Amino acid sequence: MSSTTPDLQKTCFSDYHRKHGAKMVDFAGWDMPLQYAGIVAEHQHTRQAMSIFDVSHMGRLKISGRESNQLVELVCTRNVGHFAVGRSGYSLICNAAGGVLDDVIVSRFENHWLIVCNASNREKIKAWLDIHRENLNVKVEDETFSTAMVSIQGPKVMEYLDGLLPEPPSAIKRYHFQVQHYLIATFNVFRSGYTGEDGVEIICGKNVAQMAVNFLGRSDSGDTGGLKPAGLGARDTLRLEAGMPLYGHELTEAIDPISAGLEWAVARDKEFIGREALENIRVRGAQQQLVGLEITGQRIARQGTVLSNEKGEPVGVITSGSISPTLGKVIAMAYVEPPIAQIGTRVLADVRGTPTDAAVVALPFYRR
Amino acid sequence: MPSPADRVYTDTHEWMKQDGAEVVVGVTQFAVNALSDVTYVALPPVGKKFSASEVFGEVESVKATSELYLPIAGTVSRVNATVQGDPAILNSDPYEAGWLIAIKTDAADMSAFMTATEYDAKNEL
Repeated sequence: MSSTTPDLQKTCFSDYHRKHGAKMVDFAGWDMPLQYAGIVAEHQHTRQAMSIFDVSHMGRLKISGRESNQLVELVCTRNVGHFAVGRSGYSLICNAAGGVLDDVIVSRFENHWLIVCNASNREKIKAWLDIHRENLNVKVEDETFSTAMVSIQGPKVMEYLDGLLPEPPSAIKRYHFQVQHYLIATFNVFRSGYTGEDGVEIICGKNVAQMAVNFLGRSDSGDTGGLKPAGLGARDTLRLEAGMPLYGHELTEAIDPISAGLEWAVARDKEFIGREALENIRVRGAQQQLVGLEITGQRIARQGTVLSNEKGEPVGVITSGSISPTLGKVIAMAYVEPPIAQIGTRVLADVRGTPTDAAVVALPFYRR
Repeated sequence: MPSPADRVYTDTHEWMKQDGAEVVVGVTQFAVNALSDVTYVALPPVGKKFSASEVFGEVESVKATSELYLPIAGTVSRVNATVQGDPAILNSDPYEAGWLIAIKTDAADMSAFMTATEYDAKNEL
């Protein structure tokens, strides 16, 4: 089998992945687990019980200083200035043309902000923050390499962690977080995730990461408590079923949040980069719209698959496609011309040369 | 685990096994492991003729689609409908229950292909 590329970044959980038989892949320069038991098995285990995902590759940028509010407000499309301490939220970071530079989770701490961004966009977002801080009294620190991050997702998570963590996470409201302490460790517990299930995301210092993962899976040696590791493969099929966008697929610099169906995360009552362009798109109407598709048959229509109408004219393109282990159907997300976005509209997907029937369906495909 | 010694192997991870007048064709455990969960198998109809190295089907998983190459020229004599109905068989038993097609061939020179030992050595198994 292929050995590990030496220049890949490793997370704190490299040994854990190998011990659990992970198949590792290069993901945005990180040596990450694609799967352990198998993508479908991990997917179903997450929907039925609970899984732990290493998401330490995600960028973690700490923004502090007297004028940090101004910088965060300037770059985020969402009105995060209203966030109370302990609140997290999804936002886009856009360029002046309204194109999406990244989608992020922004959290407000007592004396700083935390932006969790995509691994592939970390350097770009750091540079963007640097350009726009100008003369503001702001400090940006990249904590990606000094911290670790895991996501624990599934219907059994709250019951399991309520009995394990110092403070019950079920008391944390959705898209809120809590700073917790255990022995020498301080860690942040966020009630969020990327699977469509209930769950938490935990960030801790690198020095206690190993201890934390042993602690979280401490029944691991005998009874696993149902907690099993899941890799990036299952993370992708879970988020697709949940209708959540993935940067590089549904979101790129050529896509604006309005077209992506993320208008709710675009503020109208504050100044931010991209505001004018997005206001214009809002008034004029988006030229394309993100939709869900159900595809006939068993063949997966992958990113780049062209959609056409019955006359053979192109009407859209698929951004993500997979089988849905929950529904047992082939599903996809796609950008289509607005008239096609109507639920029930039939299109033809060119699946590697074979025109295949597809129908526009409501997003998300799966709701817990 | 070593690959079964009773058949030959190709660079593109197909196996072939002589079975009376037929040659049975499948894909290796190494190949299905690389694909992970197989979700779909496309196979040709019985009676279809192929030249050597022609694409005869497709195996698909959540992450990737992979084409199947027929190592030698021949005519499809049997197709494994069971594996088409339940592609997971390919993951669990690619050498027996997970066979794909059988062909009738005039050019069954198996010596041009790798033995199990050679295949395993090449793929560091």
